[in-house]
Amino acid sequence: MLTPTKPTSQDATDDAILVVDNIVVRFETPEGPIVAVDDVSLKVKPGEFLSVIGPSGCGKSTLFNVVGGLLGHYNGKVSVAGETIAGPHQSIGMVFQEESTFPWRTVTDNVAFPLELTGMAKAQRIERARHFIALVGLDGFENRYPGELSGGMRQRVSLARTLASEPKILLMDEPFAALDEQTRLLLGDKVLQIQQQLKQTTLLITHNITEAVQMSDRIVVMTYRPGKVKRIVEIDLPRPRTSEIVGSEAFGRYVAQIWADLREEASRGMRDEEKHTLSHPKGGAS
Amino acid sequence: MTDAAAPRPAMRRTIPPQVVGLSSLVAFFLSMELLIQTGVINRFIVPPPSDIIGSFGRVIVEENVFGRFLLTLSECLIAGVLLTVVGVGGGVLMHRFKLLQQACETWVAAMASAPIVLMYPLFLVIFGRSMWTMIMMGFVAALPPVILKTLEGLSSTRKVLVNVGRSFNLTPSQQFWKILFPAALPTIFVGIRLGLIFALINIVGVEFLINFGGLGQLINELAERYDLPGTYAAICFVILVSILFFMTLEKIERWLRPFD
Repeated sequence: MLTPTKPTSQDATDDAILVVDNIVVRFETPEGPIVAVDDVSLKVKPGEFLSVIGPSGCGKSTLFNVVGGLLGHYNGKVSVAGETIAGPHQSIGMVFQEESTFPWRTVTDNVAFPLELTGMAKAQRIERARHFIALVGLDGFENRYPGELSGGMRQRVSLARTLASEPKILLMDEPFAALDEQTRLLLGDKVLQIQQQLKQTTLLITHNITEAVQMSDRIVVMTYRPGKVKRIVEIDLPRPRTSEIVGSEAFGRYVAQIWADLREEASRGMRDEEKHTLSHPKGGAS
Repeated sequence: MTDAAAPRPAMRRTIPPQVVGLSSLVAFFLSMELLIQTGVINRFIVPPPSDIIGSFGRVIVEENVFGRFLLTLSECLIAGVLLTVVGVGGGVLMHRFKLLQQACETWVAAMASAPIVLMYPLFLVIFGRSMWTMIMMGFVAALPPVILKTLEGLSSTRKVLVNVGRSFNLTPSQQFWKILFPAALPTIFVGIRLGLIFALINIVGVEFLINFGGLGQLINELAERYDLPGTYAAICFVILVSILFFMTLEKIERWLRPFD
C-alpha cells in the first residue's frame, strides 16, 4: 500500500544511476532573489520510472534544466553512474514540453538526427531511425513532415528522436501537457510499453497526478516555492500497466493521497499568484 | 426573431477570385479608353490603352526588348548573388556579435527606408557608366531587408529547438548549421525575395536615370522620342516582368521549402 518515505537523499538504494544531490537554484528578479529549488536530492535506480510532481512555480522545470545540464548556475551536484556532470550529457536524453521536432526534416530525418551526429552511415541510421519510429507506433509516417502530423504524433517523433540517441536516462518535462486527456492517457500507455520494453530509466516532470500514478514506480511530491521535496510516494501497482489501471481502487487511493499533499501547495501557489497580480495590475501574474 | 438569429447558410463561391481580379483590370482599361476617347483625359498625356496594346509588337520587335530584358535580368541576378552572400552574411554576423547588432541594427533599418537611388551620381563616379553602377545600386538599396530578415529569422528561432541542440551536445558550428540556419531559412527567403524586388526596382530606375543598360533605358529613350504609347508599353512590360519575377521567386521558395 502507500509507503511514503522521508524526503532525504538517503531514501534510494546505493546502485542509483542518477543522483541529484542538494540542488539549490536562486534567480534574481526585479522583486528580489527567488529560491526556485531548495535543497532537492533524489536518487533514481536503473530501469526505474520516477516522477516529480508539483504545482506551477514549484521549480519542476528548473530541476529538469539542472538535470539536463541546460542551467549552469546552481549549487549542488548531479551525477550519472557515479560521474559528476556539468552541462548536457550524452547519457541523458531530454523530451521537452513544447513541440520540438524540426519542421524542415521528415519524421525519419528527425529521428535520425542524433545518429547523424555520431557519424553513422546514412543507410544504417535510416534503418535505426525506422526501428524507433516503429517503437512509438508511427510506421507509415516516415516520409511525412511534422507539419503534416497531429500534436500527439509530433511528441512521439520527439520521443523517438531522444530514444534513438540511446540515453541511459530519459528525462521528460510534461511531454503531453499540450494534449487532450484521452490522447495523453493513450500516449502514457505507449511510454509505459516502451519504458518496460527497453527497461529505460525515466525521470518525468509533471503536474498531472493521473499521469504520474499511471506510469511511476515512485513519485516525488514538491512544495510550492521554494521547491522542496515534500514526500516521496512508492507506487505499488502491478506491472505491466496500461491506462486501464486508472479505474482501479488502489489507483484512486494514490491519486487521493497525492492530491491531499498537492492541494495545500497548489492553494498556496494560487494565493501567491493572486497577490502578485494585485500588486502588479498591468503585468499580471508571472 | 428566431429566423433572424439563425445562422445563415454558407454562400457558395461561384466566381473565382482570379476572374474578379482580371475583370477589374479589364474594367479599368475600358474606362480609361472611354475617358481618353471622349476627351476627358488628354490623349497627349495618357495614350489610350488600345494604342498601348497596339504598340506592344512594335516595341518588342524594333527595340530589342528581349535583349534588354536579359541585360536587366543579368544585372539583377548578379546583384542577387551579392545580396545573398553579403546580406545573409551580415545578418549572421550581427546575430553572432551582439555589440555589432546593437551598434548597427537601427541604421540598417533606417537605410531600408532611405531613397538610396538618389546616390546614383556617386555610384556613377565610382563605377562609371557601366552595368556595375546598376548592379551596385541595386545591391546597396536591397541590402537592408536581407540583413534585417536574416537577423530576425535567426533571433526568432524557437528556444526549445536551440535547447534540443544543446541537449544533444552540439558544437556551436553544428548548432548554427543544423538548427539556427534551417530554422531561420523561411524568414531569410522572405528577405532575399524582398531584396531581389528592391534590386529590380532600383536597377530599372538607374537605367532610366543614366540612360544606359536594359529596360529602364528603353523607357527613357521612348519617352525622349515622345513615343507615349511605346513608353507605356515598355512600362507595362517592366511591370509584367516584375510580376513574373515575383511569381518565379515564390515558386522557387515553395520548391525549396516542401515542409510548409
